[in-house]
Amino acid sequence: MGVGINVEHLNAWYGTNHTLQDINLNIPANHATALIGPSGCGKSTFVRCLNRMHETNPIARATGVVKMGEVDIYKDASPVDIRRRVGMVFQRPNPFPTMSIYDNVASGLKLNGFRHKAILDETVERSLKAAALWEEVKDELKKKSGASLSGGQQQRMCIARALAVDPEVLLMDEPASALDPVSTSKIEDLIFQLKSQYTIVIVTHNMQQAARVAENTGFFLNGKMVEFNSTDKIFTTPKDKRTEDYITGRFG
Amino acid sequence: MNSIWRYVVNHLVTGLAVLSTVIVIVPLVAILAYLLYKGASSLNLAFFTHIPAPVGEPGGGMANSMVGSAIVLALASLMGIPVGIAAGVYLAEYGQGKVLAMAVRFTADVLNGIPSIVMGISAYSLIVIQQGHFSAFAGGVALAIMMVPTITRTTEEMLMTVPHAIREAALGLGVPKWRTVLSVSLRTASPGIITGCMLAFARVAGETAPLLFTAFGNQFWSFKLNEPIAALPLQIYVYAISPYDEWHRLAWAGALVLILMIMVSVTLVRIYAGRGALKGAS
Amino acid sequence: MTTRIKFQQSLDDLKERLLMMAGMSEQAIQRSIEAYRTRDLSICELVFRAEPAINRLEREIDQLALDLLAMEQPMAIDLRFILSVIRINADLERVGDQAVNIAVRVREMGAFANIDLPVDIPKLASLASSMVRKALQAFIEGDAEMAQSVLTLDDQVDEMNDAAFSTLSTLIKEKPELTPQSLNALIIARNLERVGDHATNIAEDVIFWVRGADVRHRSGAA
Repeated sequence: MGVGINVEHLNAWYGTNHTLQDINLNIPANHATALIGPSGCGKSTFVRCLNRMHETNPIARATGVVKMGEVDIYKDASPVDIRRRVGMVFQRPNPFPTMSIYDNVASGLKLNGFRHKAILDETVERSLKAAALWEEVKDELKKKSGASLSGGQQQRMCIARALAVDPEVLLMDEPASALDPVSTSKIEDLIFQLKSQYTIVIVTHNMQQAARVAENTGFFLNGKMVEFNSTDKIFTTPKDKRTEDYITGRFG
Repeated sequence: MNSIWRYVVNHLVTGLAVLSTVIVIVPLVAILAYLLYKGASSLNLAFFTHIPAPVGEPGGGMANSMVGSAIVLALASLMGIPVGIAAGVYLAEYGQGKVLAMAVRFTADVLNGIPSIVMGISAYSLIVIQQGHFSAFAGGVALAIMMVPTITRTTEEMLMTVPHAIREAALGLGVPKWRTVLSVSLRTASPGIITGCMLAFARVAGETAPLLFTAFGNQFWSFKLNEPIAALPLQIYVYAISPYDEWHRLAWAGALVLILMIMVSVTLVRIYAGRGALKGAS
Repeated sequence: MTTRIKFQQSLDDLKERLLMMAGMSEQAIQRSIEAYRTRDLSICELVFRAEPAINRLEREIDQLALDLLAMEQPMAIDLRFILSVIRINADLERVGDQAVNIAVRVREMGAFANIDLPVDIPKLASLASSMVRKALQAFIEGDAEMAQSVLTLDDQVDEMNDAAFSTLSTLIKEKPELTPQSLNALIIARNLERVGDHATNIAEDVIFWVRGADVRHRSGAA
């Protein structure tokens, strides 16, 4: 089951660049929340603060409170702990090239020392089924390299890999932007099915995708969160003029 | 008119390129041919199984040199490869922007440029003098230090080719950094790193000068690491400058064996790297 | 230099066509009432002949709106605008239909004696058509306040229609020989009341477009 995420006064910097300015946000559990906004507005940085990946960059830092359920992820837990509870899918599929499909999906468990074969088998199958990829690869799990699949399949495998560690939150940073429309549709259907078990945060620059997939949407601009509301309200009657300009495509 | 000119220039340049290639290959072929001519006749079973005969007596072989080389090279690899890889890992994965990393890189570059005889003399003062005797161990150390810069640089470069995205994938799964480096970065870069190690190995296999003051050479079988030991390049040198014809004959044979060994190992590197590159990149 | 220039031009084009449609519908109503006042059957003819053009324009506007929805993925205010245009389009076409209906009644009445009936049809007509004009003015200017004021006028139109109904019913009972004229007048009053309803719909659509508020089917002002 997913947990809700509560963000208070989150600020983030890359060196001297104040990338996120006083973000306050409540992401409800077991829902999909979309984050939209123009390039460079900070939405990717925000998402990376949710699983403390932001700090893997040596010049990055963040202040504020991010609570996942009851846990303050900056004060009460280590980055490694948090990243085991929060799965992440990236813009470009990034399978481990030296590993088979099986090993890729199981990597979250295997690389953390887990070796029990029966449970690994069951986890890999369950995750690939959840990612709607099982039927396509079940006969070649250990023979084929993870990198030999098509782009859409690779991305679904990366989703399976993230799901295999049974996270509570799934972060997706423009997961379909590198994919063709058919693969994109498959992934959107997937998100729709996964919503009931996980809390999903999806960053997208494709507004129609946000509209199709998410119950709530937040609009980011220049490091600030301008508006956050249910998706249908954002796209039919936005309150802020900046939101309206962005979603109607009127700039300048 | 224009197309005729282009045709001429095209073929002229192609011809020059072919000519350059031939000029480069000719010395290699010439050396090989000459070595074969001078040394092949001396290659017999005895050569590979017997130690050198006493001065003046015919026969004998260089078996102890070949075994000695193997021992010294094994020692060098055991010491040099881990250090080189560790340094490369530090530079690529942990050392971004740090002063220590700059120092390590600088040191590696300098070490790479030091003449091999200076290496030998340094190892002599550091180890041989302290221990009071020549040894295989000292030879191994000298060669190890020569291997380290190549391995460090190759390891660092190969690790840099590992896409940052897959490191992020591992970190995002909650894999600690050290495990990420080990199981993801190194594993992905391993074909290239192994190639680098083999290249370093092939390079020091033929080094003579460092062994002059460290391994020193030995006419007899020696398997103890604390004693002087024979090595193929060393033995060739000793025989070549000697006044005995018999030893000259053996030197030619030894040189032939040495160059064949190096050719074989470089070929193996190429084959392995070819396969490895495909595997690593897919 | 704003973006989506082509889209903006398409939206302007849509608006212009709708206003053209509005002009034609309004003219139809004016003509039909003129025909009633003067009992001039040639004016009825004009109304009948103008109707196909109104229907054709309705189809064009709907098609253009559909294309914009499919091709341009409009959001928020653009989406509400196009949806309003589609609805207003339908209401304007109905207004045109009502004009035709009125003209038909006038032609029917032509067979009978021309008497003055105790109902002020022209006044009712003027009120109804002024509602339409005001609603369209609100559309042109995107003025939700103006649209709001149209909603309150509908009550007046309904009252006048009810009054006409009871007056004419009484007249039919008292003077049965005037039944044909009375009935036709009654129907004309009904048609004008419907025109008022369509004007109300148009005003509600303008409010939806401008404010994003769905104020339909509420009694009185929102």
